[in-house]
Amino acid sequence: MLNTASLSLDQAPPISIPFRFFLTAPLFAIAAGLELLIFGSEMLISRWSPFTLGLTHLITLGVLSMVMCGAMLQMLPVIAGSPVPHVVLVGRLTHGLLLMGTILLKISFVTGSKPATLLALTTLGVGFLIFIVAVGIALWRVVTPGATIQGMKMAVIALAATVVLGILVAVGYSGIGNLAHLTSLTNIHLSWGILGWAGLLILSVSFQLVPMFQVTPEFPFWVKRHLPYSIFICLSAWLLLRLGFDQSSWIDSAATPVLTLAVSGYLLFSMKTLQLQSKRKRRVPDVTLLFWRLGMIVLGLCVLLWVGGEFYSQIGDTQYFSLLLGIGLIQGVTLSIINGMLYKIVPFLCWFHLQSRQMAFMCMTVKVPHMKEFVTDKSAKRQFYLHLLALVSTVAAAVAPELFVHPAALLFIASNSMLLANLVLAVSRFRTTFKLLAPSA
Amino acid sequence: MTTVSTAMTADHRRCDEIFSRAEELVSSGNWPDGEERFLAFRDAMLTHFSMEEDRLFPAFEQHMGHTMGPTQVMRMEHIQMRQLFSDMEQAVEARDDAQYLGLSETLMMIMQQHNMKEERMLYPMMDQTLGKAGGEIAQLITRQE
Repeated sequence: MLNTASLSLDQAPPISIPFRFFLTAPLFAIAAGLELLIFGSEMLISRWSPFTLGLTHLITLGVLSMVMCGAMLQMLPVIAGSPVPHVVLVGRLTHGLLLMGTILLKISFVTGSKPATLLALTTLGVGFLIFIVAVGIALWRVVTPGATIQGMKMAVIALAATVVLGILVAVGYSGIGNLAHLTSLTNIHLSWGILGWAGLLILSVSFQLVPMFQVTPEFPFWVKRHLPYSIFICLSAWLLLRLGFDQSSWIDSAATPVLTLAVSGYLLFSMKTLQLQSKRKRRVPDVTLLFWRLGMIVLGLCVLLWVGGEFYSQIGDTQYFSLLLGIGLIQGVTLSIINGMLYKIVPFLCWFHLQSRQMAFMCMTVKVPHMKEFVTDKSAKRQFYLHLLALVSTVAAAVAPELFVHPAALLFIASNSMLLANLVLAVSRFRTTFKLLAPSA
Repeated sequence: MTTVSTAMTADHRRCDEIFSRAEELVSSGNWPDGEERFLAFRDAMLTHFSMEEDRLFPAFEQHMGHTMGPTQVMRMEHIQMRQLFSDMEQAVEARDDAQYLGLSETLMMIMQQHNMKEERMLYPMMDQTLGKAGGEIAQLITRQE
């Protein structure tokens, strides 16, 4: 059946929906930076300390998932030709619940209070449920899904798995319920969050965006066709092996190669992306490309580090191995790509909504600023270098906390404050022109 | 067999390449060649638009029985892009590279999303509905390149 209605632009959500997500994210990042600054090296002693877990979730929920959810609500009508049903309501509820849930979870980590934990889990659970159902409906409605849509479907399933596993882990640790194998469950939760939800979303969106905006050759057909589900199957097999039989040693020896396969998929992806980007026809300097390449290089390094740690206990048993991996994947890969993408999405949406308004009112005397007038290359580039410095110093802080934790925290706060300032400036320029574009009397 | 999808998608890629070259020349300060490539790009795009607006869209609309719907949206986006071409031309005349590069970045975003909608949805619909007539128009496009 032909779905002609799916091309309508009216289905793009109002600009306030994605922007509430995008403007909230740097605030959580700044909060996380302040926390690191105040509590210092205590935050980096072990990935298991409640403070470290709280800090990690401020970033993964408050920053990464915040932007990823907002961007998906915005992008689905264009990428999938399939709008999210009731997008305004879904956007408001998801944003509000994710915002409150992240704060409540932080409180629950710090205080260990059972009511706070229950409230946090309910808020986050309901928020993600609304998002997953709405986005799921839009994705599963696509009649002939391509590689990007298939990958996004798996990313959303991975999000659901991450949320369920996260709730189980929290119920177990807080003493609300009695659950066994909590260490295993925690590892599965974080692997599905990073390699599943964030990883598969970045992977599948890249298939579309990298060739399109940088004018590179397409990803090879076999990569697009087989990589996302291969990673997904490996993650699922690993989950089942780990969940079923935590203690037996033969399972241990089967589970590691399975996860290694999934992780190698990401090494292949990062190498392929860097190779395609080096062949790009569009050669002008591009800040988003800088963020993207940084993310891909760090992704490759993280895979090598993980493989090293898994097979050589001298690496894997060091105190800072897990911390380095977490910092690399969260701050170095996912945050880099998200930060870079914001510099494309936000100025474009400003321009797009103003231009549509100009055409609707035929108000041709008012000039609509172009994208680089909303966020200038210069300020975006400065923020990139701050982001890079913050990353390098956080990595150093994982190895030598006493020396580097404060510079790392300060640079992270500076980078995200500048990101926030760049976004707020774009929005204020949008508002100024929006007011000028009025129906002629 | 040449279809609307294959011919028009190939034409999109051809335009992308001329676009990238023009942008690179302007960015390196080579205005004479940059201007020449920009005009070649704009003309290639305008030819592509008129192939759609004068031939493909009317044939499709006739089949659908109305002019509202997807072709209407595509026409609107053509207007948005024509506006950007004219702003870019002014920037070329003024030799204002910052202005040109800001506009070309904006054009790239709208153009790629527009192309994606056509390649994913509209052209496949046309392949299904226009049949032989679609193939003939497609051959015409291939010959023009």
